[in-house]
Amino acid sequence: MNLEGKKVTIHDMCLRDGMHPKRHQISVEEMVTVARAMDDAGMPMIEVTHGDGLGGRSVNYGFPAASDEEYLRAVCGVVNKTKVSALLIPGIGTVDHLKMAADCGIHTIRVATHCTEADVSEQHIGMATEMKLDTVGFLMMAHMIEAEPLVEQLKLMESYGANCVYITDSAGYMLPEHVTERVALARSVLKPETELGFHGHHNLSLGVWNSVAAIEAGANRIDGSIAGLGAGAGNTPLEVLLAVLERMGVITGIDLFKAMDIAEELIVPMMDELVRIDRDALTLGYAGVYSSFLLFAKRAAEKYQLSSRDILMELGRRRTVGGQEDMIEDLALDMAREQGKL
Amino acid sequence: MSEKIKVAIIGPGNIGTDLLMKAMRSEVIEPVWMVGVIPDSPGLARAREMGLKTTAEGVDGMLPTMKEDGVQICFDATSAYVHAENSRKVNAEDAVMIDLTPAAIGPFCVPPVNLAEAVNTKAMNVNMVTCGGQATIPMVAAVSRVQKVNYGEIVATVSSKSAGPGTRKNIDEFTRTTAAGIESVGGAGEGKAIIIINPAEPPLMMRDTIHCLTEEEPDQQAIIDSVNEMIVEVQKYVPGYTLKNGPVFDGNRVSIYMEVEGLGDFLPKYAGNLDIMTAAGLRTAEMYAEEILAGRFVPTAP
Repeated sequence: MNLEGKKVTIHDMCLRDGMHPKRHQISVEEMVTVARAMDDAGMPMIEVTHGDGLGGRSVNYGFPAASDEEYLRAVCGVVNKTKVSALLIPGIGTVDHLKMAADCGIHTIRVATHCTEADVSEQHIGMATEMKLDTVGFLMMAHMIEAEPLVEQLKLMESYGANCVYITDSAGYMLPEHVTERVALARSVLKPETELGFHGHHNLSLGVWNSVAAIEAGANRIDGSIAGLGAGAGNTPLEVLLAVLERMGVITGIDLFKAMDIAEELIVPMMDELVRIDRDALTLGYAGVYSSFLLFAKRAAEKYQLSSRDILMELGRRRTVGGQEDMIEDLALDMAREQGKL
Repeated sequence: MSEKIKVAIIGPGNIGTDLLMKAMRSEVIEPVWMVGVIPDSPGLARAREMGLKTTAEGVDGMLPTMKEDGVQICFDATSAYVHAENSRKVNAEDAVMIDLTPAAIGPFCVPPVNLAEAVNTKAMNVNMVTCGGQATIPMVAAVSRVQKVNYGEIVATVSSKSAGPGTRKNIDEFTRTTAAGIESVGGAGEGKAIIIINPAEPPLMMRDTIHCLTEEEPDQQAIIDSVNEMIVEVQKYVPGYTLKNGPVFDGNRVSIYMEVEGLGDFLPKYAGNLDIMTAAGLRTAEMYAEEILAGRFVPTAP
């Protein structure tokens, strides 16, 4: 594999996907500290919002320590070169949230849907394009459909005006060959000027290598998070990816040692529990389950004296999609009843 | 056969056709017009076969004769974008508009909660909120009539096949309108609505989760009783409205897990989300019709 001289844009998820393991409790001050350090390390992009995106504040997903607006205004106000993005999942957030985030000074909006439901994003992508934002279409749980229908959905987002589209392995389920096939097909079909991204999770410890496979197949934006702070076993650990990419001659513009220092000195100390491939996170990757279900399944298992692995396996069998956190307690109640525990 | 109030259905799509099939069984209303915009639409053909007058010229195609055809109630099953115009036109012909789009220009109506109130105000336009609102607002109201609910949140999960192009193009209307209904009809201080579309095959039945945060500690038995009573009320027009789990009490959180199976008239049974909308719309129309038949209400142009 020869990636010498390739340029990729790295996008850090600590302050958005990282909200999941933090139960959305990262403080504004912590966000500001992390964002300043990222800026200093040359991180091109960082994402900031509730873990479930703009408007994610809810019983279903968790109430955050501060509002999206407080987070965004604070972070947008302290970064110099780093661009700030926000996530928006139609059905959870609305164009009202998008307008608010634009007013806070975001550079990029990422509109996310389940991999088969791109058409719910037309309204939001259309408006973001009109607002001249860097507009990204983000297809989640991309392992659940084959490459061809996936690319059809990416093309829809492109047709609504997205200047970049993403293949998102929300469950950390994909193997490198799956990434290669999907990214390569997308690259061959999308307009040459449309950027293509990959977002991995590390549940099968493949975050780094899947990202390398994506770059080789034609992706030019890669998500990850320093120290892997993110849902499930975390996102692709960026300092590790950066070391690998530097060895391969890929150009990111990020200072590797500074990224390593952020991991060691800022992010790991913030963790409530070490983000790692524990039994449940591994089950997510093995069974193809949305990574942010992790803590919800653990809590339901504890409350109803069940096995969290059993809950996650069943959520996989039921083909649940991102956002269905409410079905976890519902399922746990069914299982507890069947097992005579209620 | 006793006298029936004549109605028109605007929008011969899935919702309009399902509504037609339900309305054909009604003892107080009689569908006489189906209004569309596409001449060869299967919905218009089906309505013609069932003996209705049809037009593909939109509401304008019905206006010239709707009064002499005796139409006193119209259903709008089109989209929020054209609703206001449709409503203005049929209102001018002395017909009440029952709005099944999320346009929400008239007061919200969720039959087991505020139907009587809506009919008593003799509003010439009532809005049926959203499918998720019809499925969940009764539960929010069931809790809020027991004690103060500071925050009500609902998660509606529908199968991909039952989410039509109208919903998809304007999904924000769903979340906004439902949230507003949770507050104004459900009685929650703050409302939040989430919709999830799931493409699993075979299609999953509509699921609805209702979370309420009460101000004081929940009065568990009173809430359980109130929820069960409300479910019986909804089951009068949607027999497949079922409590799957809960109420779960966790501190001040009250969570209720519902499933909505449709009647399977025109739409498949899994599309409980669409069925509950048409059933609620029909129930509203029947209540208006009863008022008209009893001579207590004469729909008149505003």
